[in-house]
Amino acid sequence: MEATVTSTENEGKVWSGGNKPLAASYGKMMMWFFIVSDALTFSGFLVAYGFSRFKFIESWPIADEVFTHFPFAHGQELPMIYVALMTFILIMSSVTMVLAVDAGHKMKKTKVAWYMLLTILGGAMFVGSQAWEWATFIKGDYGALETKGGRILQFVDQDTGKRVAIADFAQELPGERAHHTRKDGLWFTKEGSLPSYSVNEVVAGFNAHDNILIRTEFLNEEGEKTVLTRSESAKKIKDAVLVVEGANLIRNEYGSRLFADFFFFITGFHGFHVFSGVVINAIIFFNVILGTYEKRGHYEMVEKVGLYWHFVDLVWVFVFTFFYLV
Amino acid sequence: MSATATAHMDDHAHDDHGHHHHKETFITKYIFSQDHKMISKQYLITGLIMGFIGIAMSLLFRMQLAWPGKSFPIFEAVLGKWAPDGVMDADIYLALVTIHGTIMVFFVLTAGLSGTFSNLLIPLQIGARDMASGFLNMVSYWLFFLSSLIMVISLFVEAGPASAGWTIYPPLSALPQAQAGSGAGMTLWLVSMAIFIASSLLGSLNYVVTVLNLRTKGMSMTRLPLTIWAFFITAIIGIVSFPVLLSAALLLIMDRSFGTSFFLSDIFIQGEVLHYQGGSPVLFEHLFWFLGHPEVYIVLLPALGITSEVIATNARKPIFGYRAMVASILAIAFLSTIVWGHHMFVSGMNPFLGSVFTFTTLLIAIPSAVKAFNYITTLWKGNLQLNPAMLFSIGLVSTFITGGLTGIILGDSTLDINVHDTYFVVAHFHLVMGISALYGLFAGVYHWFPKMFQGRMMNKNLGYVHFWITAICAYGVFFPMHFIGMAGLPRRYYENTAFPMFDELNDVNVVITIFALIAGAAQLIFVYNFISSIFYGKRGPKNPWKSNTLEWTAEMEHIHGNWDGPIPHVHRWAYDYSKTREDGEYVIPGQDFAPQHIPLQEGEEEAHH
Repeated sequence: MEATVTSTENEGKVWSGGNKPLAASYGKMMMWFFIVSDALTFSGFLVAYGFSRFKFIESWPIADEVFTHFPFAHGQELPMIYVALMTFILIMSSVTMVLAVDAGHKMKKTKVAWYMLLTILGGAMFVGSQAWEWATFIKGDYGALETKGGRILQFVDQDTGKRVAIADFAQELPGERAHHTRKDGLWFTKEGSLPSYSVNEVVAGFNAHDNILIRTEFLNEEGEKTVLTRSESAKKIKDAVLVVEGANLIRNEYGSRLFADFFFFITGFHGFHVFSGVVINAIIFFNVILGTYEKRGHYEMVEKVGLYWHFVDLVWVFVFTFFYLV
Repeated sequence: MSATATAHMDDHAHDDHGHHHHKETFITKYIFSQDHKMISKQYLITGLIMGFIGIAMSLLFRMQLAWPGKSFPIFEAVLGKWAPDGVMDADIYLALVTIHGTIMVFFVLTAGLSGTFSNLLIPLQIGARDMASGFLNMVSYWLFFLSSLIMVISLFVEAGPASAGWTIYPPLSALPQAQAGSGAGMTLWLVSMAIFIASSLLGSLNYVVTVLNLRTKGMSMTRLPLTIWAFFITAIIGIVSFPVLLSAALLLIMDRSFGTSFFLSDIFIQGEVLHYQGGSPVLFEHLFWFLGHPEVYIVLLPALGITSEVIATNARKPIFGYRAMVASILAIAFLSTIVWGHHMFVSGMNPFLGSVFTFTTLLIAIPSAVKAFNYITTLWKGNLQLNPAMLFSIGLVSTFITGGLTGIILGDSTLDINVHDTYFVVAHFHLVMGISALYGLFAGVYHWFPKMFQGRMMNKNLGYVHFWITAICAYGVFFPMHFIGMAGLPRRYYENTAFPMFDELNDVNVVITIFALIAGAAQLIFVYNFISSIFYGKRGPKNPWKSNTLEWTAEMEHIHGNWDGPIPHVHRWAYDYSKTREDGEYVIPGQDFAPQHIPLQEGEEEAHH
C-alpha cells in the first residue's frame, strides 16, 4: 500500500476528522437535541390543550377574570399584573444567564459566579411566584355552583354587574352535621372537608337577594359570559347539586374542568423544569466558585446550562401566551 | 500506510485511549461498562431474552386461537390461575396480546435492534474510539434494563398485566374498573415505558452527536456506510417522536391516578357515573400515533440499513443508488411524522382529515419503492455469497415488498374501512415491520457476530436451517392471515366460536398456529447457535466477509478505543466492491474489494455516487 497514495482533489473537500463540523462540541449538540426532544413533549401538551380548548371554545373561562390577584392587594382586580411580573423575573434571569455566559467567555470567574447567583435567585423567585399563583388558584375567590350536568354557575350583582362571592349572600341555615366517627366504622380515618356553604344555603341566599343573577359558562357574541335574567336564574338554580370553591384536578369554580387540569399540568410540568434548572444552575454555581471551570480552561458547562435555561424561558413564553394572553 | 498525520487534536481525548489501557474490574468491564461494544452486547442479549418472552407469548395465544377453549397442560403450567383446568382465560389472552406487542415493538425491535447495532457499528464504522459520551450510553442501557425488568415484573401483578392492547387506548386503559389489566398492571406498563423513553432519548442523543462530531478524517457524510445513515436518521426520529408518547403517557397517568379528564368524558361503569368530563380519547390517539407511526420506521430503518450493507458486501457489488438510498431514508423519516392519521380512519376523526392522511401515506410508497428496487438492482447480476446474513437480508427485501403492498390498501381510507381491525392488518404490519425487522436483526447478528465476539463465527449450516424454516413458516403464518382478514375475521378476539360465519376459517387458524409453533421452535436453533458460538465458534479471519467498512480494520480482541494504533483515515466510500481499472483488473489486483481506508490507487478515479 506504500507509495500508492494519490491525493485527489476530492480529499481537500471532505470532512477532515476531529470534531465540531457544526462548530459545536458534542456536549452542546446533545443539549440542543435534548431541547428539540423536550420541546416536542411540551408541544404535545400545548397541542392537547389547544385541541381541548377548541372543543369548548364557546364556554372556556376568560383568563383575565381568573388571574386577577396580586400579593397584599386584597380585593383589587389586577388582571395579569402578577403573571407579568413573574414573566419579567424569568426573562431577567435569562438576561443574567447571558451575562454569565459572556463573562465565562472572558474567563472572569467572579462575574460568572455573581451572574449565576442572580440567575438562580430569579429562577427561585419564579418558582415561588408560581407556588403563590397555584395557591391562589386553588383557593378560588367567588365560589360557584355546579349543576347536574357538570356546568358551573357563577353569580353577579344585577346593579353593579360585578361578580358576587357566595359568601356575600348565602344564608346560614340551622342544621346539624352528622359526624362520622371512629367508632362507627372499621376503616374510618379522617373526615373529608365540606364547602363553606351547602347548596341549600346558597339557594336560600339567592332567593332572599333579588339583585343576584346567575352567570353561565357560555360566552355571548361580545365574548363575555352570558348573564341570565332573574327568572331564568331562578329556574337554573334548581339544577345545582354542588358548591364549588376554588380549583382542583376534578372540578373548579372557573368553568371547564379541563381548564384547571391543563393549567395545573402544564404550568406544573414547566415549573418542574424551572425547578430542575435552578438545581442544575446551583450545581454549576458551586463548580464555578470551586474553580472547576477555571482549571478546565473554559466555561462551556455554563453555556450548556444556559441553553437549557433559555429553553425553559422560551417555553414559558408559549405557556404564558396560550394560558394567559389568548 | 503513508505518513499521514495521525495525532489530530481532539479535546475529548478519545484518540488517546488506544494507547494506554485502563485497569478494568469485572464490574466496569461486564456490568457498568462504558465501552460501546460491551453495551451493544448487553442490549442484544437483553433484547433477545425479551424477544424469547414475546415470541413465547404469541405461541400461547396462537394455540388458543387455533383450538379455542381447549385445555392444554402447558397453559396451566405457564399461566397458573389464568388457565383454570388448562383453558386460557379471556383476560390473560388480552394481556398476552398486549405484552407481546409491547415487548416486540419496543424492547426487541427498538432497543434490541437499534440499541445493539447503533452502539456496535456507529463508532466502529465511522472510525471513533467510542461514543461521544460513554457514561450516558451506559445510563441508557441500564434504564432500558430497568424498564425491561419492570415490564416483566408487571406480568406477575395479581390482577394481571396491562391488557388494553399495545396502543393502550383510554378509556379502557385509564379506568381500573374497565378491566382487570387496567389496574396495577397498566401503572407498571406506563412507568416502564416512561423509563424506556428516557433510555431511548439518551441513546439517540449519543448516536446523533457521535455521527456528527466523531467521524475520522475523510469520512464525509456522503462516505458514510448506509447502516450509519439509517441509525443516524432513526435516532433523529426517536428524538422527535418519543417525547410525544411521553406527553400522552404522562397525561394518561394523570387521568388514571389523579382524576383529571384529559382523555375521559361522560363515563358510566356498573351504574355509577364517573366524574370525568370533557376529555377526548381521540386526542390520545393523535398523540399516541404521532409517536406510533414514526416508531414503525424506528424499527424498520436500522434493519434496512443493515440490509444495504449486507447485500452490497455479499453481492460483491456497490450498492445501487447510494444517494437515492440516503434521500429515501430522509424522505421516509420526514413523511413518517405526517401520516399518523391513517391509524385512525375509523376512530371518529374528521373524514376530510382521512383523505389528507391517505395522500401523505401513499407518498411513503415512493421512497419505500426506491429502496426495494435499489436492493433488487444491487442483487442483479451480483456475485452472490449466500451466507445466512445474506439470506436474511434477501428475506427482508421479500417481506418488505409483500407487507408494503398491503400497506397501499390499508393506507387508503376508503379501502381501509373494509379491512380495519381484521387479520389483514395483523398480516400487513407483521410482515412489513415485524418480520422484516427481525430478519434485519438476524442478518446483523450473523454478519457482525465475529465483530462482537472476538472473531468467532456462527455455524453456517445451522444458520441455513434457521433461515429456511423461519422464512417458510413466517409466510406460512402471515400469508393466510390476509385471507381470513379479508373474510372479516377481527383481530384481538379471544375466540370466534360465537360467530358461525367464521367457523370455516378455523382450519386456516390451525394451519397458522402450526406454522407459528414450528417457527418458534426454529428460533431455538438460533439460540443454540448463538450461545455455543460465543464459546466454541470457529475463529475466522479478521475480515471474514471481505467487507469494505472500517469496523473490520479494528482489533479482533476488544480493547477500549477499538484501534490499537491510530484511527484509520478514510479515502473512499464504503462500496468499492469489484471495482475495476480500465484494463479490467481489480483496482487492487487480486482483491475484489477496496476497503475505505485504502487510498485511491494510481490512476484510479473516485467512484461518483
